[in-house]
Amino acid sequence: MAVTKSEVIPIRTEHDIVVARQAVRRLSVEAAFGLVDQTKMVTAASELARNTFIYGGGGTLQCESLLEGARRGLRLTFTDQGPGIADLSLAMKDGWTSGSGMGLGLSGAKRLVNEFEIESVHGQGTRVTITRWK
Amino acid sequence: MDRIPILRMGDFLLVTIQVDMHDQLAMTLQDDLTSQIEKTGAKGVLIDISALEMVDSFIGRMIANISGMSRILDASTVVVGMQPAVAITLVELGLSLAGVQTALNVDRGMQRLRADVAGKEADDGRHQE
Ligand SMILES: Nc1ncnc2c1ncn2[C@@H]1O[C@H](COP(=O)(O)OP(=O)(O)OP(=O)(O)O)[C@@H](O)[C@H]1O
Ligand SMILES: [Mg+2]
Repeated sequence: MAVTKSEVIPIRTEHDIVVARQAVRRLSVEAAFGLVDQTKMVTAASELARNTFIYGGGGTLQCESLLEGARRGLRLTFTDQGPGIADLSLAMKDGWTSGSGMGLGLSGAKRLVNEFEIESVHGQGTRVTITRWK
Repeated sequence: MDRIPILRMGDFLLVTIQVDMHDQLAMTLQDDLTSQIEKTGAKGVLIDISALEMVDSFIGRMIANISGMSRILDASTVVVGMQPAVAITLVELGLSLAGVQTALNVDRGMQRLRADVAGKEADDGRHQE
């Protein structure tokens, strides 16, 4: 699998969530995703970017355009050095929130993509990686 | 600060969302609509989201809040024009928007609001007898 393009977007302000959505839209179009797949990837990115901003205290989004044989894909990695998630299986549950959200961000984003990985170390930060293939 | 304009048409308030809203803008719209319903005594709210290319849990929650808030203030809310790709994604995300009235387009949405108002007036008439 080859990474054909990589860019990093800082997630420092609320407005960066919009910037992240727009970058993911552009890269999804470049990867020739259909409209539904584009929308799924953008929506998942919006959820995860908001988590990075709100709970992670800010961080980065790395966008990587992928090529595997003739198959194109897009991998997004959200990284923060925030407090981490104490109980991952609880955080992944539909409807569970530690704040005032709906608890749909992580579980919903997972349903919207082909591959989902989350690593979190209590006190050190969180990294969520999602991939969608055309 | 930027805001999304709210138009008044008779008994109804109309909003067309044409930008990719950041969270604060969505919150401001929710607050503005609630206070406008109260101030004008509007009986219906129509929100046109046909230009929205994405609805995530935050915007979904805003839509549900507006709908719930308007109900408490005795007004109906109809959300019109949701793009099919957005609707499909919302369901998979896990947001059902239960309790939020939707319509295909602005015309149908206005019909729905008028029907709601007519229904409520008929109810009021019955209660007064
Ligand atoms: N990057 C992160 N750092 C620390 N905690 C996180 C992070 N992302 C998520 N969490 C924790 O996981 C919980 C679940 O996240 P999820 O996105 O599913 O729901 P939410 O953000 O609470 O609500 P919603 O996304 O529906 O508005 C959060 O309430 C928070 O406690
Ligand atoms: Mg979230």
